[in-house]
Amino acid sequence: MQGSLIPNEFVVDVDHQRCRRCKRCILNCGFGVFDFQSMTTADSSKCVACHRCVMFCPEDAITITRNPLAFKEHSSWGIDSRKAIWKQAESSGMILTGMGTDLPWLNVFDHLLIDACQVTNPSIDPLREPMELRTYLGRKPDKVEIEVDDKGKPRAVNSVENNIKLETPIIFSGMSYGSVSLNTHRALAIAAQRLGTVMNTGEGGLHRELYPYKDNIIVQCASGRFGVHSEYLNAGVAVEIKIGQGAKPGIGGHLPGEKIGLEVSGTRMIPVGTDALSPAPHHDIYSIEDLRQLIYALKEATGYKPVSVKIATVHNVAAIASGIARAGADIIYLDGFRGGTGASPAVIRDHVGIPMEIALAVVDSRLRQEGIRNWVSIIAAGGIRSSADVAKAIALGADAVGVGTAALIALGCRLCQKCYTGNCSWGIATQRPELVDRLDPDWGAERLVNLINSWSLELKEILGALGINAIESLRGNRERLRALGLDSTVMEILEVKPAGV
Amino acid sequence: MADAAVKKKMEGEAAELDAAGVHYRELNGRVRELIDKGCKEIVLNGVNGQRYIADGIASEVKIVINGVPGNDLGAFMSGPHIIVNDNAQDCVGNTMNAGKIIIKGHAGDVLGYGMRGGKLFVTGDVGYRVGIHMKSYKKQVPVIVAGGRAGDFFGEYMAGGILVLLGMGEGDRPIAGSYLGTGMHGGAIYMRGSVSDSQLGREVRVFDLEEEDRKLVAGLLEEFQADTGIDYSKIKPAEFMKLCPFSHRPYGNMYVY
Ligand code: SF4
Ligand code: SF4
Repeated sequence: MQGSLIPNEFVVDVDHQRCRRCKRCILNCGFGVFDFQSMTTADSSKCVACHRCVMFCPEDAITITRNPLAFKEHSSWGIDSRKAIWKQAESSGMILTGMGTDLPWLNVFDHLLIDACQVTNPSIDPLREPMELRTYLGRKPDKVEIEVDDKGKPRAVNSVENNIKLETPIIFSGMSYGSVSLNTHRALAIAAQRLGTVMNTGEGGLHRELYPYKDNIIVQCASGRFGVHSEYLNAGVAVEIKIGQGAKPGIGGHLPGEKIGLEVSGTRMIPVGTDALSPAPHHDIYSIEDLRQLIYALKEATGYKPVSVKIATVHNVAAIASGIARAGADIIYLDGFRGGTGASPAVIRDHVGIPMEIALAVVDSRLRQEGIRNWVSIIAAGGIRSSADVAKAIALGADAVGVGTAALIALGCRLCQKCYTGNCSWGIATQRPELVDRLDPDWGAERLVNLINSWSLELKEILGALGINAIESLRGNRERLRALGLDSTVMEILEVKPAGV
Repeated sequence: MADAAVKKKMEGEAAELDAAGVHYRELNGRVRELIDKGCKEIVLNGVNGQRYIADGIASEVKIVINGVPGNDLGAFMSGPHIIVNDNAQDCVGNTMNAGKIIIKGHAGDVLGYGMRGGKLFVTGDVGYRVGIHMKSYKKQVPVIVAGGRAGDFFGEYMAGGILVLLGMGEGDRPIAGSYLGTGMHGGAIYMRGSVSDSQLGREVRVFDLEEEDRKLVAGLLEEFQADTGIDYSKIKPAEFMKLCPFSHRPYGNMYVY
């Protein structure tokens, strides 16, 4: 019988003149590409272009190239569509993928420009003047109460009661232990603590070893309720109810049994080797009233810590967000359709949901119109790639942003999109002990701290150029954005003027 | 709510609270306060729909509820022993970790959702979506026993634990609704009598009881009888059938890489 009809995506070339047969590539490749029979051989069909071998070959003897094989061009039948059909014709099933969508959908961030001061109002030099990035997440009072002390000094008493304090408006998004390794969770927790921000556990529980990081952790409660018990619920500064995820709105999670080893099993509290299935909905939430019930169940169980509700951005997101705010949530986490995932059917990842930028703008506007914007903080996530994206998201109405993919890239991720295989050569999306070991949590934390510190510096620079000295003044300040190359309907929805106006 | 609204009496390690007209937040706060003070047994009188009683409590306190408690009774709890001398509403034992809840009456929908340990006994009927996604871990095996009948989606997505349905009571309604054990990939459901194939989820099959199952059911029946004070001695383990998933990875072949 004929084998696969799908040509390799990449070609692995070993320069045998340079190769000194150290076999490091064999050890480093998580996908089993290399072998050694009198010389190093490579099975290109298994290569996913994760670059691990290239980075660790001491002789620079390995090159990975895109397979140059020519396909007859066709404007409707791209190479990827043809490959998908071959794949499904060869083995019936849904095509699984990892990370966020790689289709070239319009990226709204790339069509927004930030303002700056010139002549008529002065810009500020962030090197000389204080710049405030501190952010509080949670419900703000309808009216701030002022107390005057005996020296006559006024002080706001209730402005950020029961809020989560962040030193920078960037948090690490939920990535579950199970989908990512314990060393990834460790790196995120250490970094969050050093940065004065928070990491989100994702839906797989929290390893006991990370309980000491409780001031920098948001624990998640998803439909599978893995590892959720009262101690866990109190192991962070807030609880997040995960309704949906940007990469796979409306569908449940499915962590394959291969990734449920001893430690993951202990944290998720399910037997080794069983599939961890998260139902598509929470079966105790079929309405906004039910959501309210769970929000308050969590508040009762945690002594009224803030509760966040994470949703994927879908068509009717503004009305849904209004319902969530009215249900008593303190934070709404909007996960855009470009958000990452450890595993999702490609058809869902690539075609379901709407961009976070648009969702964010409509949610912010809707909550303002209804006079309840202060009831909740908004976290925007799903496609934040740089400090520019952070600034634009905040100007569109976010209180803070969540980064997942960017954090993983900082840890070495190459966006090979093969997280669901559990073979991640970088020790991130894997539970294979020999792969997990190669990610040193302290090294990883350092890189995460560097990244977020760089972005924070850049944010201050942007604020300075805008002539404002606090991130608070940028929140929802769409007047400081202009659109270039967006059609008028999208600009109207974003409430952003075109460049030149 | 004013202080006076909660009339409480605490003698030694036992206390009584009058819950009539008291908001749940106040009531649950009082219960927690009593537990913190070392109270081992609390009787709540006049309960009428207050939600979240014993929510998230991680002590082995005994709580007796006179009246109908509201939704999410014992949610996330890890240890308490609760006795309800009446019916209960929805979401009892939601994501419960350990402890026991005994309901001497009927209970509503979504009982024991994501329950991971402890026991939930209901003498009467239970509603829809009962035991969804229960799961077990090592020695923690959650158990729900219901004396009456159940609605649709009984044991859906079940990943572990034990559901026992006795089917007692008036009328000749089927013992359970449709979609029994849909998506089930662990645990076991024991039911008295039979169900038609059309009621079964695609992932489960009917099995006969082995010796081990009979012992388990007999043990649970004995405990159920002792806790509820109802005589179930006429019920024989032999009358039961067992529903089990035939794969603990029902969706393993659904994807291509
Ligand atoms: S999968 Fe990664 S490590 Fe393996 S050959 Fe390809 S690039 Fe190198
Ligand atoms: S986390 Fe690992 S497997 Fe996933 S895309 Fe990044 S490098 Fe690839």
